[in-house]
Amino acid sequence: MDSIKRAVNSFGLPRVIILAFFVFLLGMAAFYDLGIPALLGDVIRRWGMFGILVLAMVPAIQSGIGPNFGVSIGIIGGLLGSLISIEMRDMGYFEATANPEVVSVIIALIFAIVFAGIFGFLYGLLLNRVKGSEMVVSTYVGFSMVALFNIMWLLLPFRSGTSIWPIAGEGLRTTISLADDFGGVFNDLLAFELGDMSVPTGLLLVFFLCCFLVWLFTQSRIGMMMRAAGSNPNFARAAGINVNKMRVLGTTLSTILGGIGIVAFAQSFGFLQLYNAPLMMGFTVVASVLVGGASVVNARIFNVLLGTFLFQGILTVAIPVANQMVPEGNLSEILRMIISNGIILYALSKSREATR
Amino acid sequence: MSILNKVGKYLAKNNVTVLFVILCLLAYHYSTFTLPTLFEELFIRIGRNTFLVLSLLIPIIAGLGLNFGIVIGAIAAQIAIFVVVLFGGSGFTGILWAVAICTPLAVFFGYLVGSLFNKMKGTEMIGGLVAGFFSDGIYQFIFLFMLGGVIVVNAPDLMIATGVGVRNIINLDGNLRQAIDNMPMINIIDAAFYAITAICAILIIFRLAKKRDLQIKKLLKAFLPVAILWAASWIPAVGAFMSAPRLLLLYAIEFGVAGAVIYQLWKIFASKVLDKNPELPKMRLVYMGVAGGVYAITFIPAMYEALSMVNLPVLTYLIIAALYMFIPWFMNTKLGQDMRTVGQDRAVATSSGINVNKVRIIAMIMSTVLASYGQIISLQNIGTVATYGSHIAVGLYSIAALLVGGASVQRATTKQAVLGIVLFHTMFILSANAGAQLLGNAQIGEFFRVFAAYGVIAVALAMHAWSRRKGGQTLGLPAATVVVPAKPPESGSK
Repeated sequence: MDSIKRAVNSFGLPRVIILAFFVFLLGMAAFYDLGIPALLGDVIRRWGMFGILVLAMVPAIQSGIGPNFGVSIGIIGGLLGSLISIEMRDMGYFEATANPEVVSVIIALIFAIVFAGIFGFLYGLLLNRVKGSEMVVSTYVGFSMVALFNIMWLLLPFRSGTSIWPIAGEGLRTTISLADDFGGVFNDLLAFELGDMSVPTGLLLVFFLCCFLVWLFTQSRIGMMMRAAGSNPNFARAAGINVNKMRVLGTTLSTILGGIGIVAFAQSFGFLQLYNAPLMMGFTVVASVLVGGASVVNARIFNVLLGTFLFQGILTVAIPVANQMVPEGNLSEILRMIISNGIILYALSKSREATR
Repeated sequence: MSILNKVGKYLAKNNVTVLFVILCLLAYHYSTFTLPTLFEELFIRIGRNTFLVLSLLIPIIAGLGLNFGIVIGAIAAQIAIFVVVLFGGSGFTGILWAVAICTPLAVFFGYLVGSLFNKMKGTEMIGGLVAGFFSDGIYQFIFLFMLGGVIVVNAPDLMIATGVGVRNIINLDGNLRQAIDNMPMINIIDAAFYAITAICAILIIFRLAKKRDLQIKKLLKAFLPVAILWAASWIPAVGAFMSAPRLLLLYAIEFGVAGAVIYQLWKIFASKVLDKNPELPKMRLVYMGVAGGVYAITFIPAMYEALSMVNLPVLTYLIIAALYMFIPWFMNTKLGQDMRTVGQDRAVATSSGINVNKVRIIAMIMSTVLASYGQIISLQNIGTVATYGSHIAVGLYSIAALLVGGASVQRATTKQAVLGIVLFHTMFILSANAGAQLLGNAQIGEFFRVFAAYGVIAVALAMHAWSRRKGGQTLGLPAATVVVPAKPPESGSK
């Protein structure tokens, strides 16, 4: 009995509940005969979609700024990069290239990294001045950036017909189709069908590659220094590590991953979502890594893999199951609110000693 | 030079407020609004939101920061309103029922949030924000699925056509709409008269029975003004005037000025004639001068026009005034002082025998209950409840308004709350129109006001964290280490 208790404790009660809930949902899906393989295919696709965004939490938490609620700043960088890529395609820059889709996604990624890098650096400098209140400050800085860019989306001089409203209306569209650009470019790469289950191999490869690179970085000398600065700043300072610099590095990396993440997300989704779409993204992403077993002071790649899979798995499987039980409504959205915010509250209430 | 210095310091200290004053003036300049239309809209919004903003003050003083969890109080209010409408409650009785239902709910929610906050000291604000979203999820789950899905609700007007889930909009027409706003003045005066008579009678009987000093003079001071008003209401002309539920802002100012002058004259009379005080009552004359000045302003044609456009809902404004006076009074009671101590330093509070966790929970309960009342006031004025939307922006806009008035995460006064509401809502009303005039796009203005709300909060939070760190460094200690000694007694509740 004791050993079970200990095992549950080390795995974390919320994870046991969430895992049980996931299994229960799968059972219900099987009971209603909803086609488990197709559902699992969906889960895997969404796993890859959200994966890199969730991965952005790892450098943030490891460098000591805590879960990066302001990941929307990186997302905005990624959106800017994608818009520039669309604009360049529209001007005909990619026509001569052999594989315009791949070129367009690479251009989008490059600009995403540039913008997210700049934003992330400034954001990191700000977070160094608000040590101890990073979470709430980053949340509201993220909200402010989204609100500011709501204005920018109306004013920025993008001219491509894909991006702006066709006749009436000013500024950029709320959702921009990527069908002519890099929509599905990762998803369709080496994709195969396994019965009813479609596997977006390219997307998963990109996700795993990012995970591997982040892991490689954390094992490097500078990555170790960053982790030391995050886990014990006083000790790190005594060892001659510039803690503030490491925090800026972690924040910048996290923001850049946010930018890359949204490009991967958008190509899988097929659309760019502007305006208020990134507003609450930070909460979903933070919740995912917490579901995977991270805390506000500790996160590993494994937490990202497990958390994203479980969280997206529940949301994906819940929709058809809920539709069988209750005829209508968006239970999935409500479930997302309850689970994501519940897990964040749990993590905050457990972090009391840690944040002191 | 020193005056310039002082002005400079003042401006620097209140930079957010000053910035908003400038923004409001610019927006007014560029918009097509006239003063009367602006005032009309502004005073509606002041009546709607002031109570909610005031509900934020107690947790700030108790050191819990900006209470993003007032959303939960708003949810309690909406549950209560749904129940009242479901059972056909209407008018002021309906409001009383709503209050009766939402009070225990809000107390319970406040207790839960307070207990949760005690487990996350130092991260209450993000916790409150997340707790608000979490409660919103539960609330939506109940209102969209449980009601009709599990609990049978037989009310086709309130439910979605399928019978499962509550409609997006609950219409309050014909039941609770403006039930507080439309209370005639004469009824308020009647109620006040009966209440004060009863209270005085009970006190006199009590004091007679206990053979204590009657303190008739004190009682008369409270009783006489109400009694005079009540007696005046029997004069037909006055009675007819008072049977209206609204008071023209112009009259309200005139009455206020007249009241202030009479009060000061009485004080002067008392000190000169009764107490034979030889000193010249300078301050009293200054007050009278100010009152005269305010009265003079009403003669400016533009002001006169604007002031005679605005009708104040009397009871609503009286309730707000009551809370406005209650909070400073409350802060001087024992419990209020305890809250202040807890807010300043938990270690000191613990060592002086205050149960820190309990005080914090009480602060949260009070804030949640007040927020739920505030939401009832707001919704009865609007006249419709957006079942899944009315509560969401409550936290954001209330907190932004408070911060615009110059409040910070640790310090806030009732005056800052009122100033903040006036400035924030002026900007809110004007921004879309000003944006349309200035940039040819009304949407920019709408986005701008949302940006301003978020931005103000972000700046206030960053400034707070920044100054706290600076403060800690000048002491040569990180701020957190000061708190550590308090831990052993405090963690008893764990």
